[in-house]
Amino acid sequence: MIDEPTRRLDEGALRALVPRVLAGLVRRGEDFDTAEDALQEALLEALRVWPEYPPRDPRAWLTTVATRRLVDARRSEAARHRREEVANAEPPSAATEEGDDTLFLLFCCCHPNLAPASQVALTLRAVGGLTTREIADAFYVPEATMAQRISRAKRSLRGRHLDQPGDLAVVLRVLYLVYTTGHAGRVDLAGEAIRLARQLNLATEEPEARGLLALMLLNHARLPARLDSEGRIVTLDRQDRDLWDTREIDEGVRVLQSALAMQTEERRPGHYQVEAAIAALHDDAASPKETDWPQILAWYDDLVALTDDPAHQDPAAVLGRAVAVGHVLGADAGLRETEQLHEVLGDRHRWHAVRGHLHELSGDLPAAATAYAEAASRATNVAERDHLVRQAARVRAGG
Amino acid sequence: MPKYLLLKHYRGGPEPHRPVPPIDQWAPEDVEAHMAFQNHISELLEENGEYVDARALAPARTWVRYGGADAAPVTTDGPLPETSDLVAGWWMIDVESHDRAVEIAAYASSEPGPGGEPLCEWIDVREIMWERPQATDAV
Repeated sequence: MIDEPTRRLDEGALRALVPRVLAGLVRRGEDFDTAEDALQEALLEALRVWPEYPPRDPRAWLTTVATRRLVDARRSEAARHRREEVANAEPPSAATEEGDDTLFLLFCCCHPNLAPASQVALTLRAVGGLTTREIADAFYVPEATMAQRISRAKRSLRGRHLDQPGDLAVVLRVLYLVYTTGHAGRVDLAGEAIRLARQLNLATEEPEARGLLALMLLNHARLPARLDSEGRIVTLDRQDRDLWDTREIDEGVRVLQSALAMQTEERRPGHYQVEAAIAALHDDAASPKETDWPQILAWYDDLVALTDDPAHQDPAAVLGRAVAVGHVLGADAGLRETEQLHEVLGDRHRWHAVRGHLHELSGDLPAAATAYAEAASRATNVAERDHLVRQAARVRAGG
Repeated sequence: MPKYLLLKHYRGGPEPHRPVPPIDQWAPEDVEAHMAFQNHISELLEENGEYVDARALAPARTWVRYGGADAAPVTTDGPLPETSDLVAGWWMIDVESHDRAVEIAAYASSEPGPGGEPLCEWIDVREIMWERPQATDAV
């Protein structure tokens, strides 16, 4: 997507300006939909022009060009009467805090009425500053399809009050969805999600926002070890721990500690903080043998206690806990824990994969092979399917 | 966002809900209505931001296998060429859920047949596997 000359451009810096400029336009009274379109055009223009003619004030440049586009759009709609008004509009207030802008736009893009796919696409464009083409590439859909999805999402936001505080839980869910989508094409969505979570944390003191950032960092740190040179999945117990990114782990732990420090009797750590704590314990072990499973199990106990009916409301947590139970109380106890999920997760590959792992732990290799094969036949991800086929073949051959 | 193929078949699949003669034997206006509906589905998917691809396959089929070193490929038109499954084409969609894929497939199956009545053709809904591993650890 990015042409040769623009490589010299600091794209990170350019994209960091997107939410600030857009928020400025919307606060000035521009319609979110048209302002976002205008800014997208200005952004493409910047990618083209800046390498040769870098602006003195990038933010003002983007605002001016986007405003000009808005004026052009209105002129073509023959709504001339507002033109002078807009042309003479005050420049955006420099006093506006960057964090406020980001939060304001995240609440717009993650409006609870939008479908998750629309929330994700809109967030990546309006806050992340990615082009439609890049987002389309990341999700393997045609650019026209992604453009349509974005414009429909924006249309459905028309006329809604965008100036009220939104739902932070939705924002966190959307960012985590971006993270878990992982790498695709030339866009590193996991890295993008971390960047957005950092921006979010400039805007809010909410411990769960920190928990989310910590969780992403602590998981992302293991990324270099998660695939081998052939692109094969390497499970946690077989990863080369020297490849883990210790800087990310340190930062993740720091962010998590600052979140946990805010807890009180009434306000216990939320879902993301607890998951981050579990990830931190894995990251802390110098070898698989040194993993502190009893503490991991204690955190899983907290995690399942966050919902009234965890088997139905958070089956992934119950399944993760079953693995921990298997390591602390024995594989058979872990297998028993998975049984309550049969109805909910029995059709999903992960349930069978966990049971394969626990059967292997108990030394029952034939049962493990069967479970891994069952998991492979249900996987919806090529890399995971291949991994599970190899697991089945490995234990059939005697481990 | 999972992707699905909605596969249409020339033949094969479950017992047809509404047996009809081949399309070349339909009334011309019924043929037109049927074809227009196929385009309508693609346009609808584009409009919804759910479209990925749509393709039609020619019915002629050649089964091919490796014939061995220094030997020509072995070909056949298959066992039971008159009754085996034969894919006619597909829509590839990118949607929120399996439920949504089923909903679209059912709508596609409401395509007009002879006399403008819904054809109720069986559509084969298949999930496409995601290529890249996710950013979290697998078991």
